[in-house]
Amino acid sequence: MSRIKEFTLPDLGEGLTEGEILTWLVKVGDTIELNQPIVEVETAKAAVEIPAKWGGVVTQIFHEAGTTVEVGAPIISIDTDPGAGPVPSAESLAAVEVAPEEGSVEPGMIGGPAPGGRTAVLVGYGPKTAIAKRRPRIGTGTPPPTAAPATPPPAAAPAPVAQPTRASSPPPVVQPAAVARPAPVAPPQPAVTPARIAGPVLAKPPVRKLARDLGIDLTTIAGTGPLGSITRDDVQQAAAAPAPAETTEAAPAVAPAPAAAVFDASREQRIPIKGVRKLTAENMVASAFTAPHVTEFLTVDVTRTMKSLERIKTRPEFRDVRVSPLLFVAKAVLLAAKRHPMVNSTWSAESNEIIVKDYVNLGIAAATQRGLIVPNIKDAGRLTLRELADALSTLVQTAKSGKTPPSDMSGGTFSITNVGVFGVDSGTPILPPGEAAILAFGAIRPTPWVHKGKIKVRQVTTLALSFDHRIVDGELGSKFLRDIGGFLEDPEAALLSWT
Amino acid sequence: MANGDSPVGADAPAGGFVQLLTPDGERIDSVTTADGITYSVDFTDDEYRELYKDLVTVRRLDAEATALQRQGELGIWASLLGQEAAQVGSGRALRPQDMAFPTYREHGVLYTRGIDPIMPFGLFRGVDQGGWDANKYKFNGYTIVIGSQTLHATGYAMGVTMDGKTGSPDGEAVIAYFGDGATSQGEVNEAFVWAGVFHAPMVFFCQNNQYAISEPLERQTRIPLYRRAAGFGFPGVRIDGNDVLATFAVTRAALDQARNGQGPTLIEAYTYRMGAHTSSDDPTRYRIASEVESWKAKDPISRLKAFLSKQQLGDDTFFGEVDESARKLALDLRERVLAMPDPQPVTMFDHVYPNGSPELDAQRAQFAAYEASFEGSNH
Repeated sequence: MSRIKEFTLPDLGEGLTEGEILTWLVKVGDTIELNQPIVEVETAKAAVEIPAKWGGVVTQIFHEAGTTVEVGAPIISIDTDPGAGPVPSAESLAAVEVAPEEGSVEPGMIGGPAPGGRTAVLVGYGPKTAIAKRRPRIGTGTPPPTAAPATPPPAAAPAPVAQPTRASSPPPVVQPAAVARPAPVAPPQPAVTPARIAGPVLAKPPVRKLARDLGIDLTTIAGTGPLGSITRDDVQQAAAAPAPAETTEAAPAVAPAPAAAVFDASREQRIPIKGVRKLTAENMVASAFTAPHVTEFLTVDVTRTMKSLERIKTRPEFRDVRVSPLLFVAKAVLLAAKRHPMVNSTWSAESNEIIVKDYVNLGIAAATQRGLIVPNIKDAGRLTLRELADALSTLVQTAKSGKTPPSDMSGGTFSITNVGVFGVDSGTPILPPGEAAILAFGAIRPTPWVHKGKIKVRQVTTLALSFDHRIVDGELGSKFLRDIGGFLEDPEAALLSWT
Repeated sequence: MANGDSPVGADAPAGGFVQLLTPDGERIDSVTTADGITYSVDFTDDEYRELYKDLVTVRRLDAEATALQRQGELGIWASLLGQEAAQVGSGRALRPQDMAFPTYREHGVLYTRGIDPIMPFGLFRGVDQGGWDANKYKFNGYTIVIGSQTLHATGYAMGVTMDGKTGSPDGEAVIAYFGDGATSQGEVNEAFVWAGVFHAPMVFFCQNNQYAISEPLERQTRIPLYRRAAGFGFPGVRIDGNDVLATFAVTRAALDQARNGQGPTLIEAYTYRMGAHTSSDDPTRYRIASEVESWKAKDPISRLKAFLSKQQLGDDTFFGEVDESARKLALDLRERVLAMPDPQPVTMFDHVYPNGSPELDAQRAQFAAYEASFEGSNH
């Protein structure tokens, strides 16, 4: 009685032949329960978690993450009764099947041959690969059918079949000697390649595909199959020949293609569109082609903001938190949004309403290893400057570590994208779906600037505000952007006059 | 026409729906729609607890089936996750004499009819054709072809009228289940026409789970689905399909209307498929995570649990017992599914004609003899 049970990769979705192991959720030695998720597998149809079929202890994992595994190959073995002491290893190891290697893709076969000679198919399970095992017939002296595999049952051969009936008949089937046959058997014909019958080239569709894949012109080769048809072997031989086969008949020679600069696939990388990339693409397309975007720019002198930042850093309240210009930009946005609430709203085509929010869930675009995500700080307007600094710091760190929960990414009402960190001056940001405005904040550079009537070197940055023109008109957008700029030019004065 | 004009919470779609239990587990005593129908339920403490047990059990059995598919023991599985209230509420609203026409996802309705939950597993495991005695269980076969069962149900309901079994409180009624995607099918619209014109004693129960596989609702309709009924000349009403109480109340009322000879009703149960369309589908390719998250807050089971807790109808001991009993049922189901025998080749003759035929019987005998001629044969 085997205690070690092997779990083989099942067909997870109606006729699949393989799956890629994405992640193992358990390791050798782990104790697992029935139905505990053990592995994530991605098939052509879905990425799914597979639950354990038995509880016990993991004794072996057969394929690392990243491996593509055939359906039916063992992927994990589990000791279902670990309390019963050590397992007689020879016995259990002998039972371990080695998963067959996947064959390389042969031209002309969709997906290449599967192990065991099975042909991969698009639908259904495909031809059966196992050799059919018939149970022997009961009793009687009938010899086992394997003795003469090609022998038809005697009753089914009432007349000699070797009589030629048509001039063009193929060589007759050589009958096994076991069948006594009064009619003279025609002598085997010499192995002369039959001349091709005039007319269209005869070849089965898979052979035609093979020829196309290998670049062989079927009219240039002679067929050796029935009625002069071209077989798979004929095509492969023609492909193996160093020079093109001599042109027969009047087939027009194919003009060699001009030597164009063709780059083959080895110099291209193909990245599946999925995950964050796909979601970003969908959101951006949905937004760009739904909300009419307008972008306005404002270049501002932020020297005073930078000085304020330096002073704030020295205050005990801000001792152990990262304070960056983004903090002031965020504060400017929050205060300006309070003065112009319409920028913090949603166009709801479904309910035919504009939903104006008195809370700001402030989204901050973050570049992460997984791609762009925009987590938001909930009700950021209620936070003190110190709390806002903490929230920004936490948000960025969580995003960088890839642990942002979905709830942090939903419900945003206004977003800031800090393109300045990449060293560029500005851009025209695309609105996150459901938001009416987004601010891009560029690099802060020492720039010659007219200050109090003289040219001075000042700290200058460019702000770009994109807004949804269905909700926000140029006047409102300009006032809002002007307010943000005003705050950054002189934070103290703005704070004193606005709050 | 009724439209679920109810005191709705923030979670109701535009146009509202009938809701008797909010996502937070607050009970709404009764709801009166625009055309004056008042919906309410009057359950005993035990009945509330039984509903909770039903919901937990059908979810647990469904989870086991999903696991069995992932383990290679079922060819495919259509999960009901998220739609438990719509199924249990409507299933419990049926009276014993009523006939149900399910899709392939109505495992919860099947359970409430008192049927052994293993019955459809032969179909999903591929060891039988999913045929059972529909009259015995008052539960027609699972229908794979989208929407076709609505016509079967309509024909059946017209037959009920012809048999003179309507027009009294003991009359019969018929319920046809289908999804939002099916409303785009010709059959469903034909069924609406026939049922409307012939006043068929039936309820069209549409579980609007927001997706026809990957197609969102806005690709099926430009008006709320329940309003379609108006064009066919019978009432339509939308319910919170995640609220088992509203589902029960409205379905029971509509079925009673039907059995009393008042004709058909369309019920749109507004709900959400939390899982995949079937085990062959990957919903993350067409739904965003935040949408799924927002529906988690409307879970049909947690709201009833919150209600039971607040009303002191259930404590941790009770909830633990329900979970444990569901777990045992699920493990029993697993064992019995794994033990299902492969079909014998000779059974292919069984369902060709109801009473056989001389030619078929001869073929069967011949084939049986041939099969028996091999060693190890158990014929």
